Amino acid sequence: MLQSLLFLLVAGTATWFAWKGFSRVWRNIQLGKPEKIGGQAGQRWRNVLLVALGQQKMFKNWLPAVLHLFIYVAFVITQVELIEIFVDGIFGTHRFFAPYLGGFYTFVISSIEVLSVLAFVATIIFLARRNLLRLPRFWKPEMKGFPFRDANLILLAEIVLITGIFCMNGGDKVLQTRGVEHYHLTGNFAVSTWLGPLLFGSLSDASVIAVERFGWWLHIFTVFGFLCYLPYSKHLHIILAFPNTWYARLTEKGKMENMPEIQKEVRIMMGLPPLATNGEEPAADGSASGELPEFGANDVFSLSWQNILQAYSCTECGRCTAVCPANITGKKFSPRKVMMDVRDRAEEVGAEVAKWQAASCKL
Amino acid sequence: MLAKTIAELQAEGRTPEILFWVGCAGSFDARAQKVTRALCEILNHAGVEFAILGSEERCTGDPARRAGNEFLFQMTATMNIETLNMYGVKKIVTACPHCFNTLKNEYPELGGHYEVVHHTQLLNELIANGKLKLKEGGNFKGQRITYHDSCYLGRANDVYEAPRALLESLDVDLVEMKRSRKNGLCCGAGGAQMWKEDEPGTKRISTERIEEALGTNPTAVVANCPFCLTMLQDGLKAKEKNEQIPVYDLSEMILSRL
Repeated sequence: MLQSLLFLLVAGTATWFAWKGFSRVWRNIQLGKPEKIGGQAGQRWRNVLLVALGQQKMFKNWLPAVLHLFIYVAFVITQVELIEIFVDGIFGTHRFFAPYLGGFYTFVISSIEVLSVLAFVATIIFLARRNLLRLPRFWKPEMKGFPFRDANLILLAEIVLITGIFCMNGGDKVLQTRGVEHYHLTGNFAVSTWLGPLLFGSLSDASVIAVERFGWWLHIFTVFGFLCYLPYSKHLHIILAFPNTWYARLTEKGKMENMPEIQKEVRIMMGLPPLATNGEEPAADGSASGELPEFGANDVFSLSWQNILQAYSCTECGRCTAVCPANITGKKFSPRKVMMDVRDRAEEVGAEVAKWQAASCKL
Repeated sequence: MLAKTIAELQAEGRTPEILFWVGCAGSFDARAQKVTRALCEILNHAGVEFAILGSEERCTGDPARRAGNEFLFQMTATMNIETLNMYGVKKIVTACPHCFNTLKNEYPELGGHYEVVHHTQLLNELIANGKLKLKEGGNFKGQRITYHDSCYLGRANDVYEAPRALLESLDVDLVEMKRSRKNGLCCGAGGAQMWKEDEPGTKRISTERIEEALGTNPTAVVANCPFCLTMLQDGLKAKEKNEQIPVYDLSEMILSRL
């Protein structure tokens, strides 16, 4: 009972913080200009499936692609266990799904365990690539400070998460074999069946229960922590990659967007009738709409909301900068820095706007 | 070499099947003029009835638009479209990927709807339908050649195979650079760098690219864009290899085998 209350309290607090964070991101994306993006839904869904879900772009470079896939699949499949943690947390049950799913349950948990081991190995390699091998793209000037810590923090959190899973499952397996109350049999898990006794086999029942509970809470705390941290981190890509891929442009990369207002002006100047553009009605008297559009962009307001979504979706991998002809020949330009600066500026402006709104409410 | 203007042809009561869009480089740059001549000779050889706009051709507006001068782009593009539509042009070939991109992707919104092909696509078509027959043996057969993808033909418009198919019909030994196709590297002209000094850095992009090309140990470097031609040649000069290794446009290679 106490545990259920505690769980609900933690879950509620985390959800509230996460809600605040995500609303902030949503609000900042709205700072951009409105732009209608749609059509060709088939192609858009295909992109979401291949690029976001299928990680097609990662596979240009197979080694990090496979490692990233381990972490990603482990993350996705662990959500099954997370549902159970929620059910158990709220209703005070223990491994709620196990009796209903039987052998399938054992299979799912075993899959999570195998993938968790692979994800653990991948995370270690990623930490090494970043901190020991010092891949140049992770050490560019724009990665100094928070971006560098952010990346390492995410990787360390993965390790904590996986540690939680194995404390929980390993402890559980030990308790199951000892026939401790509540710890009903679940069949053999691929990893914790041997890892559990190896690590915790010599501990007393009470200590193993402590380990199991510690693992359970560690897991769920890390998940909630991640949830609240996402809107402040490059790790937000795990969510925004999906809408961002859906809204990605589908026209040839070489095509620049037309500026119909300028087109109208020029045609009037040249004494030509207005051109019936797709969808848009030409002005009846052929006069220009008055105000000319802004050229270029001097702040986030000049960008489309989609540009800001793109900036928030950036995971700072630096593959753009690593192949940028200007950057690799020693020029200062870095496409990644452009994305990061757009995001940081949206944050800055968003905070100012919120402050101003709050102040005007008090008046 | 014979190249009539579309005005001359129409005065004779004839309509060309295709308009050759020469572009600024093809008209005024000494190196690219050779490509223009080569393409005209090939088209004459194949019996393609083509025409040029001559003095009625203006810049497509591509550099103006990309430099932020939308007014200038709209003006020059609209004038071109008025001219092209007046002559009833249906199909355009160009040897410049920048002109290709603008004509193909940006003119339709301004009222200019044409079938636009890059010359490497047209040459393939002519070889495929038997209008062009390449002599057996001859130049380039079996030679180690490396091919540079231009950004506006490659990444910007996904044309990777047409130029390679031409190289195949020339029986060359094509050695790809590591950065090719979708990963192709800029020649150094991109982003209007053609017309200005490099930004401060450690290296010229043209040098970076030509070093990669030289790494394949080629007898010639092949390109499909007048600006790439200039940049790759500059890179070779910087490496003092311009005497030994030529840079060709694909049309020049095809012409030598007719």
